[in-house]
Parts: sequence; structure tokens; C-alpha cells
Amino acid sequence: MAKLTIEDLKKIRENARKATSLRSGEVTVKITVHMGTCGIAAGARECMNALLEELAQTDRQDIRIMNAGCMGMCSSEPNVTVELEGQPPVIYQHMDGNKTRQVFKRHVLKGEVQTDFALARIKET
Amino acid sequence: MNKIRTDLLLCGGTNCRSSGTDEIKKALETELRKHRLDQEIRVIETGCNGFCAIGPVMLVQPDGIFYQKLTKEDIPLLVEEHFLKGRPLKKLFYKEPASAETIPELNDIPFYARQRLIVLRNRGVIDPENIEEYIGRDGYLGAGKALLEMTPEEIVDEIKKSGLRGRGGAGFPTGFKWEFAGKAEGDIKYVLCNADEGDPGAFMDRSVLEADPHAVLEGMIIAARAIGAGKGYIYCRAEYPLAVKRLTIAIDHARERGLLGNDILGSGFDFDLEIYQGAGAFVCGEETALIQSIEGKRGMPRPRPPFPAQQGLWNKPTVLNNVETYANVAQIITNGSEWFSAIGTEKSKGTKVFALTGDVNNIGLVEVPMGTTLRTIIYEIGAGISGKQKFKAVQLGGPSGGCVPEAFLDTPVDYESIAKVGAIMGSGGMIVMDNRTCMVDMARFFMDFIQEESCGKCTPCREGTIRMLEILEKITRGNGEPGDIELLEELSGMIKDSALCGLGQTGPNPVLSTLKYFRDEYEAHIVEKRCPAKQCPCLLEFEVDIQACKKCGKCFKACPVQAISWQKKEPAHIDKTKCIKCMSCFSACPFDAIF
Repeated sequence: MAKLTIEDLKKIRENARKATSLRSGEVTVKITVHMGTCGIAAGARECMNALLEELAQTDRQDIRIMNAGCMGMCSSEPNVTVELEGQPPVIYQHMDGNKTRQVFKRHVLKGEVQTDFALARIKET
Repeated sequence: MNKIRTDLLLCGGTNCRSSGTDEIKKALETELRKHRLDQEIRVIETGCNGFCAIGPVMLVQPDGIFYQKLTKEDIPLLVEEHFLKGRPLKKLFYKEPASAETIPELNDIPFYARQRLIVLRNRGVIDPENIEEYIGRDGYLGAGKALLEMTPEEIVDEIKKSGLRGRGGAGFPTGFKWEFAGKAEGDIKYVLCNADEGDPGAFMDRSVLEADPHAVLEGMIIAARAIGAGKGYIYCRAEYPLAVKRLTIAIDHARERGLLGNDILGSGFDFDLEIYQGAGAFVCGEETALIQSIEGKRGMPRPRPPFPAQQGLWNKPTVLNNVETYANVAQIITNGSEWFSAIGTEKSKGTKVFALTGDVNNIGLVEVPMGTTLRTIIYEIGAGISGKQKFKAVQLGGPSGGCVPEAFLDTPVDYESIAKVGAIMGSGGMIVMDNRTCMVDMARFFMDFIQEESCGKCTPCREGTIRMLEILEKITRGNGEPGDIELLEELSGMIKDSALCGLGQTGPNPVLSTLKYFRDEYEAHIVEKRCPAKQCPCLLEFEVDIQACKKCGKCFKACPVQAISWQKKEPAHIDKTKCIKCMSCFSACPFDAIF
């Protein structure tokens, strides 16, 4: 392996930061896929896969994708919740892979809420 | 390729590994694969996370959920519930010992919330066997700055200004040590790292080496630059196989990338490192003995001066610092001396790592700013004394240190304040003792250790410690005589004044400090032939208090030698000729009727 210079060191640092950004660093977008038994049965897995593929194509380090349990409205599953920093979370209903991609590209990256798929906006109490 | 969505940071320190990290890691990987989650969830084995009492522990990021006491049987349920269905598993959350409240997130747990991490900043966050993760946390940038932008004098100045003092115990200012070695004449100089941690109950250095080996290497590179050394050794005890393994990997990775060897980072500076494994003699933690040991001789101290900074390894100028000291260095260079000296007290700057053990709820590795009180460490971070017992004393500094009783719990931890109450900062062992600890027996334990580890070169230490041990054994066996305490004090003074090295000079400290604060316990042993803590078997005699006895029969069932006679509705009776003083009945009695 070639010897490192200080510039190489900084490059490695940037790459390693990206690879380990899950463990620290800023979070501005939180996307939650509700993956209770009902969600999984209704196709939440497809939404999760779509999100992970979409995220891999962007260069953003501040987006976290998490899974959570059933929300209680099993008839509206699969649900996906998108929470942009400083905005109330939006819950989407009856999602599939394509709808999720659309939400990711428009809502997450551009900030346009996709009202056609939305179930509710959670108000801060 | 998909993006990783979750990192599972599983603790792979020696303590957690001994309770099954390997099996858990395998189980996690199998289960994740089974649920086809292995492409999006990653398992990373980190160094010691610090909370050893509840290991094996695992932190889930980005959720921040912290799991404790994992077993491989828990894993299938955990993976299905949390990672597949998104429901964190409550039964594996941390429970606060006092309130029995469950706390799911790491940052809310008082044990972590009260700490300030400098030396341990990478613990539980990076994979210690992956150099890139260390670089991702600004690793080797300090070395880069020191090598490319600073002169050796500037490095020494920066360390001097920071106020960093040796973390091995004595607290000598690191910058001055480097200055002496830097100014000493000679073209060959050495940088040594003392990783021969030998105090009973101490595991700070081991954890640093296991969790963040590159931080130590980087500190040594900077030290080498400051004094102009070309070669370094890490003297690590062979009883630390995992630390040696991770150090070896770290050195190989650094060498492959040119961070060790010739022309580091294109600066024209050459430095290389080697690990020297010690055979585990306690005295080899003493600097001159350590140097002799690396030279291939028998590990024995020699008189100072000349100090190692003038004549050290192979009579060349040498800098020898402790693991924890080196782990501070790169961050001081990166963040500046003012950043560092803003933390801590007037004379003790920065933080100190303590290995908190003994009769305390949260056993583990803690790092706090200098000046934090012992009470904060024991009661807030350590969550107080385990069970229903009461605090008696805390032992600081291992066999060279002393104990601090309840009255001085508000002492801030810094070199001077701790010395004032009769203990030493030491390398950072902190053993908490409850009211079941016999102080005479504790002093006997440490004296036994010192006498065993004495190298035998000088008479006061070789002969004196064994005489002191004999007296202490006599007292604990109930054969103490008036005058024994005075004799112990006289011997202690003599050994302290005349022993050759630190081992002997500090060896009587546990005896002196227990005599200072618990003299009445010595007197109870000698005069009344009684052990107040009920620990010395020769001085125990058990009897049943007929008034207090509720005739439950628990003692009868507990006795392993049938020395207790009991029938329903009759109080128990102990046959003293059969009693083996095992204390089973004493701990079994719910009414304190056996004494």
C-alpha cells in the first residue's frame, strides 16, 4: 500500500465519516417504516427496500431510516412516517415501493408533502 | 447496493467477551441473515464500552437504544422484534438499581450522562481493528499537525501549557519530562509506553488499548517527534492477550499506510514501534525495572538519578509514559492546550479514567473531569452501594494507595486533594467497600500482594514487607498483642524512607491509611479478639439470640455441617464444636438473630 500524505489522510477521514455516520453526526430527516406483523403482511418490506435503494443513490449523511412497530391503524398499512427537522411528522398510508420512491424524491429531498398518499399530519401537542 | 440503515455496536472488551460476546455476535449474524437483514444491518465489535457490570452490552444506532446482559438465547427474539418489526425489546433495557426504572436510551443512563470523555472518546463507537474508523474520528490528524506544522519545541510547549500530568500515578508533568529528554544529548533516543498495568482491580489501560489502540500509537508518534526519538516500545503484559492482539493489528495497519516507519506523512520523520510483552511482574511497572526488562535483564529497579530522561533504555535518553497519558496527547495537539487546560482543577488538568469496582452497583470504566468528587463517582455514576449494605471506605491507587472513609467522600479527585486525605490518585483503581469489609484483612491482602511482588533487591522492602505481613496475619488470627500497631507504624516509616523504588516506598500505604481511619478495628482485633466486620474466621463465634429468633429454621437448612439443631416452634441452637464459621446461617437469618 502506498504511503499516505496528509491529503490522503483527510480523504480517508471523509469516507470513513460517511461509513460511520449512523453512529454520530447530524440528523435532519427521520423516515420510519411501520413494520408490525400487519405492516410486513401488507408489504412494508418493499417500502423499506425502496428507501434503502434510494438513500444509497443520494449523498446525504443526515437521513436515518428506521423501523417501528404497528401504529394501531392496521387497515391503512403499510405506513411510512417522514419527519423533516422543524416540521410536524407526516404519515403516509397504503404505501408500496413506487409510492415510497416518490415520497423520498419529492418530500424527503425537496420538501413537497405528497398529500395524495398522506393519512395525517401529527400536530405537536 | 443498499445502504446500511442500522449499526449494532456490540461490546468486545475483555469483560464482555468473557460473558459471551463471541457467541452473541455469531447468533446475531445468523439471525440477521435468516431474516435477510444482513445487507442493511451491520454488526460491529467495539472495544470496552465501560459498563462492564451489565455486559455483554450493545448499542443500536441511530436509534440510541442500549441493551444489557445479552445472552445468545435472547438474540432470535431481539432480531425479530426490534430489527424486523421495529419494537425495541423492553426486557433487555437497562434498569436503574435504585428506582427499578427502565431506561432505553444510552444518553439518559446516569452512568454515561455524568462522564466526560477524552481518553475514552472512541470507546464503543469504532471498531478498534479498523484504522479507517479511527481516522474518521479525526485520527492521526494530531500527528499530522505535529509532524508537518510544529517544531519539536512547539510540541513540548503545547503539552507543557496544557498542564497534562502523568496518568500512571505519580502525576509528573508530561511536558517537562519530554523537555528533559529532548534536551538530553545523544542521537539515539527512545519512547516507551508503560502498559504493565498491575494494580489489583485496575483495568483502565487494558480497556484503552482494546478500544482505541491507535490513540496510543498516535500519542507515541508525537512524543517521538518532540524528543527526536526514532524507535519506541510498548511494554504490555502478556496477560492482556486481546490488547496485544489489537495493538499488533493497529501497528501493522499504521505501518502499511506509512503512519509508522520512514518519512511519516511525507514529513521526513522516521519512527517505528514494537510491542514487548512483559511476564507480569508487578515491579516492572516501575520505570527503571521496566527498562531493564526490555533490555533482556531481570526486571529490577535501579537507583535514580540518573533519570531515564538522561539515561534510560540502553543508557540512551528515554521518555516513558503511561497508556492513558499518551491517549491524551493527540487530542491536546488537535484541539490546543487551552481546550485541555479549561477542563479540571487548577493543578490537575483534563480528565481521569477510573476502574470502578467492588461493592458498587455500576461496576465499570468511568472517565470524569479532574475535580469531580468521590461522592459523585460512587453515588451518581456508580449508583451507590449494592444491596442493603452501607458504604465503608473506598480504596484508591491499589497497593500503593490508601483508603478514604465516608467523612472525606466530598474530596475532589485531583492529585493534591487525594494525597491530602492519605490516598493517592494512582493509576485509577477505585475499589468501593461496604460495611462487610474488614480493614485489617484488606491491609493484609495488599501487604501479601506487595510481599509477593517485591523483587528482593533491597532489604527494607524484601524483609520489611514480609515482617509486616506476619504481624497482620497474627492480628487477623486473633493472636495480636499490645504493641503490634506501634511496630507496624515503625516498620512502615522505615520501609517508606529506605526502600529503593516506588513499590517499597508506597507499599506500607494501605496499612498506614487503614490505621489512620480505622485504628479502632485493629484495636478490636487485638484487645477484644473480635472482628467487627465478621470477616476474620478465627475471631468469629456464632450464637443465636433466643429473643430475636423467630424459630423459622432457615439457619438450620443453610448450615452445611449440621451444627445447628432446630425443631418447629423451638429456637435454633449452634453447636460451636461443629461450627466451621462459614457464615451461611448468619446470612440466611432474616431477623439478625445470629451474631
